[in-house]
Amino acid sequence: MAINDGGLSLSQQRQRAAFWFIAPMLAALFFVAAWPLLRTIWFSLTDTALSDLYGGEWIGFDNYLSLRVLDSGRWIWRGTLVDADWWNAVWNTVRFAFVSVFFETVLGLIVALVLNAEFKGRGLVRAAILIPWAIPTIVSAKMWAWMLNDQFGILNDIALNLGLIDQKIAWTASVDTAMYAVLMVDVWKTTPFMALLILAGLQMVPRDIYEAAKLDGINPVKVFFRITLPLIRPALAVAIIFRMLDALRIFDLVYVLTPNSKATKTMSVISRENMIDFDKFAYGAAQSTLLFAIIAIFVSLYIWLGKVDLSGEGQR
Amino acid sequence: MTAQKLLSTVGFYALVVVIVVFSVFPFYYAIVTSFATGTELFKVNYLPKSFDWGNYQSVLGGRNFVRSIVNSVFIATTTVVFALFLAVTASYALARVRFRGRGLLLMAILAVSMFPQIAVLAGLFELIRFLGIFNTPWAMILSYVIFTLPFTVWVLTTFMRDLPVEIEEAAIVDGATPWVIITKVFLPLLWPALVTTGLLAFIGAWNEFLFALTFTSSETTRTVPVAIALLSGASQQEIPWGPIMAASVIVTVPLIILVLIFQRKIVAGLTAGGVKG
Repeated sequence: MAINDGGLSLSQQRQRAAFWFIAPMLAALFFVAAWPLLRTIWFSLTDTALSDLYGGEWIGFDNYLSLRVLDSGRWIWRGTLVDADWWNAVWNTVRFAFVSVFFETVLGLIVALVLNAEFKGRGLVRAAILIPWAIPTIVSAKMWAWMLNDQFGILNDIALNLGLIDQKIAWTASVDTAMYAVLMVDVWKTTPFMALLILAGLQMVPRDIYEAAKLDGINPVKVFFRITLPLIRPALAVAIIFRMLDALRIFDLVYVLTPNSKATKTMSVISRENMIDFDKFAYGAAQSTLLFAIIAIFVSLYIWLGKVDLSGEGQR
Repeated sequence: MTAQKLLSTVGFYALVVVIVVFSVFPFYYAIVTSFATGTELFKVNYLPKSFDWGNYQSVLGGRNFVRSIVNSVFIATTTVVFALFLAVTASYALARVRFRGRGLLLMAILAVSMFPQIAVLAGLFELIRFLGIFNTPWAMILSYVIFTLPFTVWVLTTFMRDLPVEIEEAAIVDGATPWVIITKVFLPLLWPALVTTGLLAFIGAWNEFLFALTFTSSETTRTVPVAIALLSGASQQEIPWGPIMAASVIVTVPLIILVLIFQRKIVAGLTAGGVKG
């Protein structure tokens, strides 16, 4: 293949064009992602204030952890790593992420199995489950806040009529139930997404496998655990990791559904609160850097342990 | 039909009904509430009793909510156009040209889409202040690139990888440059994919909350999610549930109609991207 153009071979020409095609995108991503991330990390090592972004001075790791020994000999630890509020937020986030993803996976699997069966009205069901997904998170938070309202909420009414509770519950305000409220709404909103991803995996399983199993008279439950589940494991693994990452950074639902509740405050919420509302800009930056680190470690571990092929290159 | 088979059929359809009711009920109830005013609002009605446009009038009558809708449409459209423009050329190169480090580059792009947005908030805040676009739509348009661009690149790359290699070879033999191949050969084939990806990115930008909340400071520059989240009544204690539900219905109905029209394509796009739109 020697179409000569200034002495370049065709594949060299193509690679050169590819570079110019990719460069603008990379420049844009550097500008809005890499650079701000580096600046955030930098801010976390200074004492910058929101009102004076360029007046901060380098203070090393003091926002994370610092030790001061008083004259009396007492040791005082300061910083995010000894901040009880931060650890509360970490615990809230981790608990939320694991519980919500667990329920979304189980329920998503059930919905996907239903949608994978042939029956009348399947299109209708698929359309119906797309509705929670299409509704903006803020709108779903408000809709559920209204349904969970302590005095006029329909859910308390239903539960009272069914005799499940004997008095009205302040779902979003009470410390004991706020986390359940957030979990409930998140599971409602995100199970459809999970179901669609799992369904895509299910549809790759050849139908004749089921036919063969049916002919051999194998119990459907056994078919599911021995055949279906192993075959959709890669699709399931990818779906779970995407959900997990989304759950670990959750902000909007918590912020709107249960404002200022200690029981639900997540890492994203507490970081933003410090950064913007409490004028502890650098301290908040340190907390968001920690969140980034936690997520990065989690992803590397998951990919390394699970050997998940995220890029899809291996399939080709 | 044996009794056992009948039972399992009934059980299956019961499950189907439960799934549909759970999915649809909250939105149905929001619609019912949005038409209730006065004391009717504070009675639990399972079926629509009143039909009063009052809440809609009060939401649309306040100038700022309409303004927020205009803001959101402008921001989401501009973001999507920009992202698609950059993504089409980039994903052609990523899908069709072999070069060293391609897999690594794809992983890096995917990694950006998984970024916790809070991790770039401080840096973006500084950048936006520096550029002098704080409290303008451009602050959101700039910051939304962080999740729309990786998503569109990723989905378009998977779409383009699946196009047959022959059409491209024919164009190369005819001496077409890569730019001509993209605009004349691939773009016409890519329209369906572009519509899907664009729609998903639009929904993502339309729904975004954290950046829009942080980078705006006045009521006239708010986007729809921020406006709904901060919609307040006459006093601090009194939450205007009627207008909030009306506003929610107004901004959600167009999305739901779009999603239902394009549902097959959206499902394909979502599963190709594996990323929440």
